[in-house]
Amino acid sequence: MMKKLTIGNVSLLIAICLFIAMFVGGSIKYDRFGSVSTIFNLFNDNAYLIIVATGMTFVLLTGGIDISVASNLAFTCVLSAFLLDKRWSALVVIPLVLFIGTFAGFLMGYCIQVFKIQPFIITLAGLFFLRGMCAVVSTVSIPINNAFYKSLALSKISFQIGGSRAKLYYYVFIALAVVLIAWFVLKYTKFGRYVYAVGSNEVSAELMGIDVKKVKIAVYAISGFSASLGGFVFSLYTLAGYSLQNMGLELDAISSAVIGGTLLTGGVGTVIGSMFGVLIQGIIQTIVTYQNLNTWWTKVTIAALLCFFIVIQRIIAIRAEKKKA
Amino acid sequence: MATKLLRMEHVNKSFPGVVALNDVEFSLEAGSIHALLGENGAGKSTLIKVLTGVEKMDGGEVYLDGNEIHVTSPFDAQKKGISTVYQEVNLCPDLSVAENIFIGREPKKHGHIDWKKINEDSKELIKEFDLNLDVTKKLGAFPVAVQQMIAIARAVDIKAKILILDEPTSSLSQAEVEKLFDIMRELKKRGLGIVFVTHFLDQVYEVTDTITVLRNGGYVGTYKTDELEKPALIGKMLGKDFDSLAEISVTQREAGENPEKFIDVENAGTAKIKNVSFSLNKGEVSGLSGLLGSGRTETARLLFGADKMTEGHIKIHDKNVSIKNPLDAIRCDIAFCSENRKTEGIIGELSIMDNIIIALQAKRGLMHVVSKKEAAEIADKYIKELNIKTPSRDQKIKNLSGGNQQKVLLARWLATDPELLIMDEPTRGIDIGAKAEIQRIVVDLAKTGMSCLFISSELEEMQRCCNTMYVLRDKKIVDKLSGDNITEANIMKSIAGEGEN
Repeated sequence: MMKKLTIGNVSLLIAICLFIAMFVGGSIKYDRFGSVSTIFNLFNDNAYLIIVATGMTFVLLTGGIDISVASNLAFTCVLSAFLLDKRWSALVVIPLVLFIGTFAGFLMGYCIQVFKIQPFIITLAGLFFLRGMCAVVSTVSIPINNAFYKSLALSKISFQIGGSRAKLYYYVFIALAVVLIAWFVLKYTKFGRYVYAVGSNEVSAELMGIDVKKVKIAVYAISGFSASLGGFVFSLYTLAGYSLQNMGLELDAISSAVIGGTLLTGGVGTVIGSMFGVLIQGIIQTIVTYQNLNTWWTKVTIAALLCFFIVIQRIIAIRAEKKKA
Repeated sequence: MATKLLRMEHVNKSFPGVVALNDVEFSLEAGSIHALLGENGAGKSTLIKVLTGVEKMDGGEVYLDGNEIHVTSPFDAQKKGISTVYQEVNLCPDLSVAENIFIGREPKKHGHIDWKKINEDSKELIKEFDLNLDVTKKLGAFPVAVQQMIAIARAVDIKAKILILDEPTSSLSQAEVEKLFDIMRELKKRGLGIVFVTHFLDQVYEVTDTITVLRNGGYVGTYKTDELEKPALIGKMLGKDFDSLAEISVTQREAGENPEKFIDVENAGTAKIKNVSFSLNKGEVSGLSGLLGSGRTETARLLFGADKMTEGHIKIHDKNVSIKNPLDAIRCDIAFCSENRKTEGIIGELSIMDNIIIALQAKRGLMHVVSKKEAAEIADKYIKELNIKTPSRDQKIKNLSGGNQQKVLLARWLATDPELLIMDEPTRGIDIGAKAEIQRIVVDLAKTGMSCLFISSELEEMQRCCNTMYVLRDKKIVDKLSGDNITEANIMKSIAGEGEN
């Protein structure tokens, strides 16, 4: 049987090929690029973004959008740093910040669903509010000296491969676990399939007996949860909380998902794709660094990639339409 | 008498400004196919939406197997055994065929969805429908007809007691329709009650046992299919008693002296309708008659360039013209009041004045602005002439009643000084007084030399206004009547296709 090609997995295929091509290209061009260490560092540096992009994928799959995630992440970092600085126990702080992030997401989802307001506006309000609350907690950067955080932040697995040492930090496994669980949920649970159904055709989903309301509120809660979990991982990554951290990260998360084959209109996409979207952005960043270019070249390249992917998706969609007719 | 499978009594439902259902009753027996018929706006869809929990009824009772039920949502309806296939396919195009059949009731194994079982079971199920396709493919990849069959397969598989098919055949080919009918008969044998909504009357006679007719939100009656002749059925749908029709005398106006031909359409066609040929004289009111879906609106859209013309010619004053889009049509002095007043007519947030001058502005082009003063003069002139009831020309059009909105739309097109005015259902959903006024306006306009193409489901008003009448059936012009021959009896005969076979 011929392997089926649909919008989702063609984009995913292209994303994976592109990632491999860039890695191979980089390895040929630069010394010390082509190593396990480079790959590991991609994960080390982008673990938090992978988590955020995974949550974002749920929202995008229903045809919604959540632009509050960067602020949510920053607020988590600042609040954790602040509370830890006040000598709160890490075992209290972590559940608390995760709960706050999830609740913020739930609240936004609730407003979107119950008052029928566009997700963009509500999450824009969330963006301003949470970013503002960061500054209310503290306008200066607070270092994290908590022993538990420190030990978690610095523990890693390291391998001796060839001449170089490759390190993988423990928190990367959080990100990988999130992706795996999300993949399972989307593929093998009723809730996951309802997310696709709602994004594919909301009216139909309702008529087929799906509780659209619950699904739509839940995806924003999930996005809020992963934003705050991403915030936790980010506070391990930097061991500090600062109110202006990660401005614009929400757009990185969205572009990762799109590069990975998620349609903004909903119904199509995978979390694996979103992860590759993050990795592609990471590898572009690495190449830009190796090339000694201004880091803004990363954005220029990603802009070009985004256009490329969106055009490809449209072409595939149009061809499918024609074939059907 | 045996207990009916379903009984609906005294059902009432109003939407803002419209009574959609007024004391309607409906009952369905197990093991029967029951047609629900009526023209556009008769209340069929609303009745079904009430039954399936999409809309809440304002009053009335619903009994299933003799017990009163309150359906709260489509899901609730499904749980109670009422399954529906809607006119537009209501499935998810991005999910696989198998998943579309099973979503909402997925089989599970070890706590997760059992994809293997879903795929195998769906394959079995669709075999019953003579479909053999890859159920793991996305639904959106298949033609609409196949999607429709899959929707039916899903509906049937939900252990339904009642299956509602809302115009399921409009996208199916003849062979597919036959297949569907076989399935319906099979389901009937299994004891299901099937509600079949359609506007193809031949299909009603082919497959149904009972007919219920609704008109203007009211209950007309329930009849045995084999005891109700087709012309009588059409009479009931359109609101005329067939037997008494022949006796109605008609006052027919003569067409003007020395008729001058305005437009000539030769074998024109779009993607939706083919082989349209007719002509219209100046000062003539011509009607397009036929049931819903017979091609009336398609003909109007063809003339106005709203659908792309793919074949044939249009001649105006004996000169070939090319009408590629509505603006071309406006510049050929054609005007079109579409049937969907709310979505294709009024611009709710704009004032009456702005709504009136918008077509004139388009006709002149953006470089020749209609001045404020001129606009105000035009607006005031038509408010007076057409007797539009409003405190001022600056009132937002959405605040007017339906009849007055229609008059504003008429004014919009009269302001462009057209030679041909096309009106698609201009009197639908407006009160009797306004109806009469609009009919009078049409006749008066014709006297000034304007040609009018008048589309209406109400034969009586067509008969009163038209000099000539084209009758359409199944997207074809099947008859032309003129003068004294325009009687409701003749029209209905043509619609029913009698005297041909």
